Amino acid sequence: MSATAIFRACPTTGLKVNRDAEKLIRWNAVAAVVFLAIGGTFALTVALTRWPAVHLLPPDWFYLALTAHGFDALLVWIIFFEIAVLYFASAVVLNSRLAVPKLAWTQFWMMLVGALLTNVAVLQGDSSVMFTSYVPLQASPMFYLGIIIFAVGALIGCGVFFATLVVAKEEKTYQGSVPLVTFGALTAAIIAVFTIVSGAIILIPTFLWSLGLVGTIDTLMYKLVWWGLGHSSQQVNVSAHVSVWYLTAAILLGAKPLSEKISRFAFLLYIFFLQLASAHHLLAEPGVSIEWKIFNTSYAMYLAVMGSMIHGMTVPGAIEAAQRARGFTNGLFEWLRKAPWSNPAFSGMFLSLVLFGFVGGISGVVLGTEQINLIMHNTIYVPGHFHGTVVAGTTLAFMGVTYLLIPLVFRREVMFKKMAQVQPWLFAVGATGISMFMMGAGTLGVARRHWDITFADAPMVFDYPAAAFLMMGLNGLSAILAALGGAMYVIVTVGSVFFGRKLAEDENHLGFPAVSAGTAPVYGSSTHHAIPGTVVLVAIFFVAFVLYYFVNWKYLSEVWPLS
Amino acid sequence: MAVAPPSVRVWWNEPIARTELVWMVIAFLWGVIMFFTMIFWHVFGEQNLSNETYKINPETYVAKVDAMVEQYTVREEEGFPVVRPPPGSDVYLLARAFQFYPLLELEKGKAYRMHLSSADVQHGFSLQPVNINISVHPGYDHVFTVTPTTLGEHGIVCNEYCGLGHHTMIGKIYVTEQEGAGS
Ligand SMILES: [Cu+2]
Repeated sequence: MSATAIFRACPTTGLKVNRDAEKLIRWNAVAAVVFLAIGGTFALTVALTRWPAVHLLPPDWFYLALTAHGFDALLVWIIFFEIAVLYFASAVVLNSRLAVPKLAWTQFWMMLVGALLTNVAVLQGDSSVMFTSYVPLQASPMFYLGIIIFAVGALIGCGVFFATLVVAKEEKTYQGSVPLVTFGALTAAIIAVFTIVSGAIILIPTFLWSLGLVGTIDTLMYKLVWWGLGHSSQQVNVSAHVSVWYLTAAILLGAKPLSEKISRFAFLLYIFFLQLASAHHLLAEPGVSIEWKIFNTSYAMYLAVMGSMIHGMTVPGAIEAAQRARGFTNGLFEWLRKAPWSNPAFSGMFLSLVLFGFVGGISGVVLGTEQINLIMHNTIYVPGHFHGTVVAGTTLAFMGVTYLLIPLVFRREVMFKKMAQVQPWLFAVGATGISMFMMGAGTLGVARRHWDITFADAPMVFDYPAAAFLMMGLNGLSAILAALGGAMYVIVTVGSVFFGRKLAEDENHLGFPAVSAGTAPVYGSSTHHAIPGTVVLVAIFFVAFVLYYFVNWKYLSEVWPLS
Repeated sequence: MAVAPPSVRVWWNEPIARTELVWMVIAFLWGVIMFFTMIFWHVFGEQNLSNETYKINPETYVAKVDAMVEQYTVREEEGFPVVRPPPGSDVYLLARAFQFYPLLELEKGKAYRMHLSSADVQHGFSLQPVNINISVHPGYDHVFTVTPTTLGEHGIVCNEYCGLGHHTMIGKIYVTEQEGAGS
C-alpha cells in the first residue's frame, strides 16, 4: 500500500505531501467554506432582525434562520475545517501517507449528506427548534438523522487521523515524538470522540422519539448529555485553533515552542478536564446538586482554564523568542511591530489569539461561575461570549491559516491580495463588536433567541432600557462588518482555489511576507530568549480578568436575594 | 518548529524557564481562588440558587397553581388574575406557551417560597430589570426562596425558545411596600 502512495515535496516546508491527503484536505476545506457562506448569510439575517430599527425577518423565518445559522456555522463549517486540519496535522506534518483514503472519502460524503439533510429539514420549516433542539420541542426526524449521519462521518474522520498516526509511527516517517501541532490535533481528536459519542447517546433516542418509537425523553437528562456534544465540541475547537496558532507561528516565523513540556501539559489539561464543561449549561437548572455544579463548571478547579492561560503565554512567547533570536530586540515590542503584519495569515492568527483571550476567554469563565450565571443565563450575553470564542477565536484562526493552505495545499497563488490583507482586520472588528454589544445587551437583560424585544404582539409590555436597543443596533452594524469580512474571505478563498495561478511543483511562494522558516535560530527549551513583551501582555490580560470577574460578583450582589 | 518533532529527544526532562513557571503558578492559584469564591458565596453571599426540586406531573402542578389563584386573587389585568399570596407562603408560577401565569404581587423585603414549573416545553424565567434568569422544565417543580428588594413593576420575559409565540411570552411581578408601611 505504501508503495503506491504518491508524494510530492513541499518547496516551502520541505515536508513530503501525500496526494490522497492533499486531495481530502482540499475537499473538506472547500465544503467548510461553502457552509461558512451559508451559515454566515443566515447570521446576517438574524442580526438584522434583532436590530430593532430594521427587524428584517418575520418571526417564523427568524427562528428558522437562527436554527440554520447555529447548525451551519457552529457545527458544519468548523468540523469540516477541523477534519482538514486533522489530515494536515497527521499525514502532511508527519510526512506520512493517509491511512485508508477510502474511509476518509466515506467521512467526507457522510458529513456532506448529513449536513444537507439537516439543512433541508430546517428549510422545510417544521424544525425550527434551535440548534440545541431541547426536548420536548420536536423537529422532523430528518433533522436529527442528518446530525447523526454528519457526526458518524466526523467520527470516521477521527478514526482515519488515529490510523494515520499509527501508520506514520510504524513506517518511521518521523524521528522521536510527534510535533506539537500534531499533539494538539490529537488532543482535538480525542475530545472529538467523546463529543460525538455524547451526541450519539442523546440524538439517537431523540431521533427514535421523533419517529414515535420512544415515549418521552427526560428534559434534564437531554440537556446534560446534549451539552456533552454542544460544549465539548467547543473544546475541540479550542484545541484545534490553538494547534493552528502554533502551526502558523511555526511556518511564518519559524517559532518553536518555548517548552515542549509545558505546551503539551497544557493540551493534556484539556483532555482531562474540558469534558466537564457540560455543567456550564446547567447552572440555572433545577434538580442538579450544588456540589456537582461547582466542581464541574470549574473544570475540577479551573485546570482547563489554566491550560488556556498557559497557551496564552506560550504562543505569543514563542513568537517573541523567535523574533528576538532574529535580532528584533529593541524595547518591549519591536518583535511584535516587526512581525509580518501584512500577511493575513499572521494578522488572522494574532488577532484570534488576542480576541479569544480577552473577549471570549474572560467572559466564558465569568459566565460559567455558578452564581454569576444567574444574571446572564440565556440572556444574549451567552451568544456574546461564544461569538468571542468561536467567531473571533476559532473562525478567525481558521481564516488566517487558509492563507497558508491555499499556496501550500491547493498550490495556487492567493488572489485579490489587498482584499486578503484587509479581511482579517475587518472580520475581527465585526466579530469583536458582535461579541461586546451582545454581552452589553445581555447585561441589561435582553433575552437570546428572541424575535421582538418591544413585545409588540404580547398581551403585556415590558420596556427594556433604551441602552439595550442601542446595543442591539450596534450589534447589527457589527454583524454587517463581520459579514463583509466573511464575504471577502469566501471571495478570496473560492477565487484563489478555482481561478488562482497554479504554482509550479517546486515554486516556493507564500504570496505574502514571512520570515523564512529556515532562518530561525536554534534555542533550547529553558534557554530561549527572555520574553518581556509577552510578560507585559499577559499581565494586562490578568488584570483585566481579575477586575471583570469581581465586577460581576458586585453586580450579582445587587439582585434579589435567593436561597 | 512546532511542525517538527521536538529538537531535544527527551523533551520531558528539559527544565522549565522561570517566566513560564511563575505564570503557571499564578494561573493555578487564580483558579483556586475562583473555585473557593463560589463556595464562599454559598456561605456568605445572598444570591444562591437552591436545587430543591421535585418530580411532578404537569397536571398536578397546574392544579396547585389554580388553587393558589382561587385563594389569593386580588384583581384582574388584561384578563389575567393578579395574585397576592401572603409572605412566607408557597407561590406557584406556571410557565406555558405562551404566558407566565398568574401575575404576582409581592411585598418588598419579605421572603417567599417560589415554585417554578412548566406545563409543556422548556421555558426561561428572566426577571427584569433585576436580571435573574432560571430555567423552567416541565415535570420538575423547582423551589427556591426569593426576597424582592426593588419596588414597582417587574417583567418576566421568557428566554428559552419555546415555539413561534415565544417572544409574546411575558409575565409580571409587582412589588409593593410592606403592609402597614405605606401604600
Ligand atoms: Cu416560553
